[in-house]
Parts: sequence; structure tokens; C-alpha cells
Amino acid sequence: MIKRSFFKSKYLPYLLILPQMVVTLTFFYWPAIKGIIQSFLLSDPFGRKSTFVWFYNYRELFTDPLYLKSIFITCTFSIAVAAVSLSLGLFIASMANRALKATALIRTLLIWPYAVAPAISGIMWLFLLHPSYGVVALGIKNWMGIDWNPVLYGSDAMVMIVMASAWKQISYNFVFFMAGLQAVPKSLIEAAAIDGASPLKRFWFITFPLLSPTFFFLTVMNIIYSFFETFGIIHTVTQGGPGGSTNILVYKVYQDGFVGLNLGSSAAQSVVLMTLIIVITFLQFRFVEKKVQYGG
Amino acid sequence: MVEKTPLLDFFTYTFLIGGIFIVGFPIIYSLIAATLPLEDVSRVPMPLIPGDQFFVNIKEAWTRGNLGTQILNSFIMASGITAGKIAVSMIGAFSIVYFDYKFRVVAFASVFCTLMLPVEVRILPTYEMAANVLAPLQALWDLLHLNGLASWVSGHDIVVSLNWSLLDSYTGLVLPLVASATCTFLFRQFFLTIPEELCEAAKLDGASPMMFFRKILFPLSKTNIAALVVIEFVYGYNQYLWPLLVTTNPKMTTAVIGLQNLIPQADDLPEWNIALGAALLVMLPPVLVVLFMQRWFVKGLIEKEK
Repeated sequence: MIKRSFFKSKYLPYLLILPQMVVTLTFFYWPAIKGIIQSFLLSDPFGRKSTFVWFYNYRELFTDPLYLKSIFITCTFSIAVAAVSLSLGLFIASMANRALKATALIRTLLIWPYAVAPAISGIMWLFLLHPSYGVVALGIKNWMGIDWNPVLYGSDAMVMIVMASAWKQISYNFVFFMAGLQAVPKSLIEAAAIDGASPLKRFWFITFPLLSPTFFFLTVMNIIYSFFETFGIIHTVTQGGPGGSTNILVYKVYQDGFVGLNLGSSAAQSVVLMTLIIVITFLQFRFVEKKVQYGG
Repeated sequence: MVEKTPLLDFFTYTFLIGGIFIVGFPIIYSLIAATLPLEDVSRVPMPLIPGDQFFVNIKEAWTRGNLGTQILNSFIMASGITAGKIAVSMIGAFSIVYFDYKFRVVAFASVFCTLMLPVEVRILPTYEMAANVLAPLQALWDLLHLNGLASWVSGHDIVVSLNWSLLDSYTGLVLPLVASATCTFLFRQFFLTIPEELCEAAKLDGASPMMFFRKILFPLSKTNIAALVVIEFVYGYNQYLWPLLVTTNPKMTTAVIGLQNLIPQADDLPEWNIALGAALLVMLPPVLVVLFMQRWFVKGLIEKEK
């Protein structure tokens, strides 16, 4: 829909769009372009001298076993976070959708972790899973007989950051699944019930397919969340350790750029991440519009 | 719902209570820990009966973590980002929707391209930018060899170096996060749903564009603004990476980052009661905002991501 009715003014529209343009140019475009240029340069740590090296930084990056490991870690991490938080979110939402009387109360009880900063979620789970003081860690040690120690073992540390990240995301997924569930036409469910479909069958064959756009959208959002917004969790809880086992891509950019002062490599990593997110956004727009939509 | 299923209903409520318990557990447990004295909190497992040390712990956390200053900083940052984002994107969307000019397609496209490019993917160059916001002008100046020109014109050696650093300032905390394609988008979509007759009528009655904006568009947008206030306040308050980079002065640190200093390390006393007390205190403002403005929050969340 495009408006046909416009105001006429020579300077006003430019004046109104100016703040947005200034901020966008200075803090999006200029840094993005500088980052791309920097990724083709090799600089000394103080940034005094730099030489143009074509794709050297990228070649170094993709032959660096640490970087490849970081890609692998990030993928494992985001798949785990998305799987845990999506399944719990969907499960709780579909239960809440059945409990018609208490929906408002349930929503209030479930919604607030959204407002908790990732870093704070990290601190709480750090305590719960602390090898000497944590109560959940105690349960794992006593009941499952696992020698739990996220300070020493990489896989334990990974479980810890997955828990801290997924916990915070449950309420976000819950809100969207709840909205999706309430949009499912009651008539369809009733018709299926009359035809003798059990509640579980109805969920699997009617509700779940109708939720697929929500599901797809949330998968993308959860992956973006675990790629980028979990920085606070990593920084407070593990600092990428032990032995780089939780060093996800975003944390590595920070480490290499600000701590290691390897400017070229950090810039190349930024460009890789930028490309990645552009691809994800593009895919999302394409698929949400076309593939995963059901009429009505 | 449709038929009576007592067994399934029973499971529904059982699982629901279980789910709520899982979600609430970290907070409840932290809350109990924050009320205990040190010798109780370091027992394994910690007693589950709340102690009476809550205010003692909170007070200790408050002074040790310098939480007063930090929460104030977080508050200023969050409010600045919220107000800035909404103001900038609202007038931007107004310009794009209600005026017809050549530049508008370019403007819209260039904002659209920044959609979903979080600060995390361009940290280093954005940091350099914040360290000297006038760098692009300087680059232009150097490119045009204006130093030489200025020297030639005035007859003296003139070297212009433009420098304006945003590091360790509120401006630096707020400004880079103000640009938001999503907000502009949301307002644009909303403005497009407003009947065109309103604009026509306003024009007939001789209202200026700004008057139309103030008297008609702004009141109509109130619900959207309320929804965005909740989302953006939480977003701003919980920022981590950007404040971590921009602030080095402890007086400018935000609360979420400052908390890290209170986490007991391996050689410290295990003062988790104080660390968790501080964590609960710091998370309180955004949690309250979400709970009290729940209706706007759910609306905003769902509309924003559409």
C-alpha cells in the first residue's frame, strides 16, 4: 500500500530524515566499510603501518584450526540453545493454551525472564552449576554419577552456557508460540474432534503444521540470539574457556580484536559474521514470505 | 476445550506447574541465597529456608559494587536509547511516508539494509568511530587535500585534525545504539495503515505537516510508542558488549557489567549471597517494567518482529 496523499514541503522531509541518516551513516555504513577495508590489510598492533594483502586475512582465518573449532563450537551451541528453548517454550505454551482459565496468570509467571540480562542469567546458572557450591551440580554428581566440573571440562562448560542461554530464551519463545496457538482457528480443532481425533493427534496434525511459520521464525531468532546476544553470558561465565571450549565466534572477534589486537583478523571475522547475518536475514524474508505459509 | 479429558487436564496442570517451576527456579534459589549469611550459603547443599541477612547482604553489595552509580548509568543509557530510538525513527518514518521527494527511496533502502546488523558484528570499526566521531570528515578533508589548500589560501602552515571522542560518555553509550531499522520499519507500517482521509482532511483544514504530526499522528501512535518503550528499555538496560568497550572509567560502567567484579573467584571467600543479591537488585528495573507493562510488551514484541 502506498500513500497518494502527501504534504508539500521543500526542506522539511530532509530535515526529518536527517537524524536517522546521520546516525546510520556514522555508526553503520562508515564502520562497515572501514571493517571491510581493514580485513584486506595487515597492520601492526598500533595501527601505524598497514599493507594491502588481498585475501591473506581470510586465508589465514579459514586455515586456522582455532577458528574452525570456534565455528564448530558456535554451531553446536546455537543448535543446542535453539533446541532446548524452542521445545520447552512450545511445550509450556501448548500446556498453557489448554489451561484456559489461568492464561493471564501463567503468562505473568513465565514472561519476566525475558527482562533478565544474559549476563545475569549467566551468574545465576554459574552458581547453580558451580562445582563446589551449586545445587544442580550436586544433583548431577550424586544422581548421575558424573564428575561434573565446568571449570575444568569443556563439555561441562558448554552445557552450562547452553542452560544459561536457553533459560532466558524460553519466555521469548513462549510469548510467540502462545500468540501462534491462539491464532489457530477453533473451528478446525472442533471439526477434528467431532471426527474423533484425540487431543494429541489434533496437536500433531493441525496445530503443529499451522505453527510452522512461527516455528521457522523462532528458529532463526534463536540462532541469531545464540550467535550474538550471548556474549554477556560467555564473558561473565567462562571467558571462552576452559581451553577455548566455549569460545564462540562473537567472543573470538572481541578477543582477537581488543585483547589480542590482531586488527586484520578481527576485521575479517567481523566481515564473515556480517555476511552470515545478511544471508540469514535474506533467507528469512524469502522463506517466511513464501514457503512456510498456510492460507486462511 | 472440546471434550472432557480429565486425565490429560491433570497432566496439563502438572506439567505446567513443573514448567513454571523450572523457569522460576534460578530466581527463587538466588533469592534464598541472597538472604543467607556466608557460612550458610557456602554449605553444600545450601539450606532452603530463607535467612534474615537479606538487607545486610544487599547493603554490602550496594557499597562494594558501587551499584548506585552503576544502576543510574544503566538507567540513563536505557532511557537515552529508548527516547532516541523512538524519536529518530518516528520522524524518519513520518518523512518517508508522508512526503514525496526524490531522496526517499534511497533513504528507505539505506535504512532497510541495516536491518538486523547488530553492533556485535562490527565492534572494532564502530569502536574506532566512537573514539573519533569526526573521522569521516577528517578523511574527506585529507582526501581533498584541504590542508594544502588552507595553507595556500592563508599563507601559513595549517594542519587540521578533527577529534571528538565519545568514549566514557553517555553520548557514546547511547548514540551508536540509537539507529534502528526495526523501529523505523514498525512506524512506517503503522503510518501506512492510518486512513488517508485524515491526512486529506488535515490538509484541507490548512494544518501544517508538523501540526498533523503533533495533533493526529502522535496521539494515534501512543500504543505503539508504549510497546516500543518497554522493548527498547529492556534492550538498552541489558546491553553488554557495547558498554564494555566504550567505558573504561569505573564511574561510567553500567550495572550489568559491574556485576562481574562481585562474582567470587577461586581464591576468594565464596560470597555468593552478596553476588546474587546484587544480581537480583540489578535485574529489578527491567523486570518490573516488563511485568507492569505486560500488555504493551507482548504487543510490542510480536509486532516488532513481524
